Amino acid sequence: MLERIILSPQNFKLTLNRLCYQLIENYNNFENTVMIGLQPRGTFLAQRIHEQLISEMGKTNLLLGSLDVTFYRDDFRKHDAPLIPQATDIDFTIEDKKVILVDDVLFTGRTIRSGLDAMLSFGRPQKVELMVLIDRRFSRDLPIEPNYVGKTVDTIASEKVKVMWKQSDGEDLVKLITT
Amino acid sequence: MEGKLSVKHLLGIKDLQLSDIELIFKTAENFKAILNQPIKKVPSLRDKTIANLFFENSTRTKLSFELAERRLTADVISLAASSSSVSKGETLLDTVNNILAMKVDVVVMRHPNPGAAVFLSKRVNSVIINAGDGAHEHPTQALLDAFSIREKLGDLKGKRIAIVGDILHSRVALSNIFCLQKCGAEVMVCGPATLLPKHIHSLGVKVESNLKKALEWCDVANMLRIQLERQNISYFPSLRDYVLQYGLTLDILNSLSKKIVIMHPGPINRGVEISSEVADSDQSIILQQVENGVAIRMAVLYLLSN
Repeated sequence: MLERIILSPQNFKLTLNRLCYQLIENYNNFENTVMIGLQPRGTFLAQRIHEQLISEMGKTNLLLGSLDVTFYRDDFRKHDAPLIPQATDIDFTIEDKKVILVDDVLFTGRTIRSGLDAMLSFGRPQKVELMVLIDRRFSRDLPIEPNYVGKTVDTIASEKVKVMWKQSDGEDLVKLITT
Repeated sequence: MEGKLSVKHLLGIKDLQLSDIELIFKTAENFKAILNQPIKKVPSLRDKTIANLFFENSTRTKLSFELAERRLTADVISLAASSSSVSKGETLLDTVNNILAMKVDVVVMRHPNPGAAVFLSKRVNSVIINAGDGAHEHPTQALLDAFSIREKLGDLKGKRIAIVGDILHSRVALSNIFCLQKCGAEVMVCGPATLLPKHIHSLGVKVESNLKKALEWCDVANMLRIQLERQNISYFPSLRDYVLQYGLTLDILNSLSKKIVIMHPGPINRGVEISSEVADSDQSIILQQVENGVAIRMAVLYLLSN
């Protein structure tokens, strides 16, 4: 097994900063805007970006929620046992809002497809954009592309991208694991 | 994350382990959140067909199962015994095999004979969910009752639940006893001696014949209906006499030293086991039970249909 660091703690921090500034460029004061992190690990990126926008950049308008897509997945019958969901926590309406959908790694695009479906159950947003920390390009099964990308990597299907977060794993780090 | 029940069918609470019950509750919490979204439907079971076979009358359970199935996007067929070939003499096994020949994945069945669901689960190749078999078990009712108590009181461990009324003819009582005990609650049954099964002590429940004493002991009182349709002899002198001794009224409720939670699996006979004021009071969680019923049934269907 070969492990390679593709985003060091230092670059991780710079990447989060850049993502925040890219959002500010497009959303300015984040009026009428909500950020939704996909469960389980997209919520970590959403929390961090949200926290930074509020505490360091004073953008207090942005609302934060988390969304579980388990029941909307298309690979439900492909596992040995049923998938057990995590909590969905959206205590605002998304009707006519600008939505920034957030996940940690974009791979086949199937999770995002489920996420779009799950999100639309809460209403009709004005517009939706997608932010991911890692984009594994050239591996998409569906025509889904991110609007904001932390880092783009070229990988093959057997490789694994592991994103570690300060909140849950003790440090910010992204590794590429080849078996 | 994946999770699996230890059983292939839901025939009774007796076969479940605590981890199964907890998994169902956890999944039901998510479905409850979905039921509060503007669009209350998920596509999880869109490739499944479910047959609801009700060989005995039902309003709540049948509607609740149907709604749960539709919310999961399953295809649903429903059969009521009164309008089926059962009245022409077809056996249960033949009826079900004919329905399964139409490529049905899950059978939800209510039947007047105890053990009907177990019988079927051994003979047909599909998932069987027991929606009540005679006076034996009614597992989804017990699950939604326990889920509702847990929601109201936070935890079931160490809580005291009194089940009051016609215990002898009640499948709800038996399933509730199994479920609550597995979750760590203490259970008492209360009713006239004629309506308590002979060896009920052997299940490890307390037995009380005085309503007031039972209510003073408990945190939650689950009031059961007198099942006149299953009684072929008189178990008490008159309905009026029963009401005087076992009917829960506002006077009794207000005379207690603490506020208890009131439940009822329905259908309610207002003025018999429970007075209208009590059923509609803020201590009653009867309508929450019905709401939770859909979420619990969605969870059971979801977990068993994989």
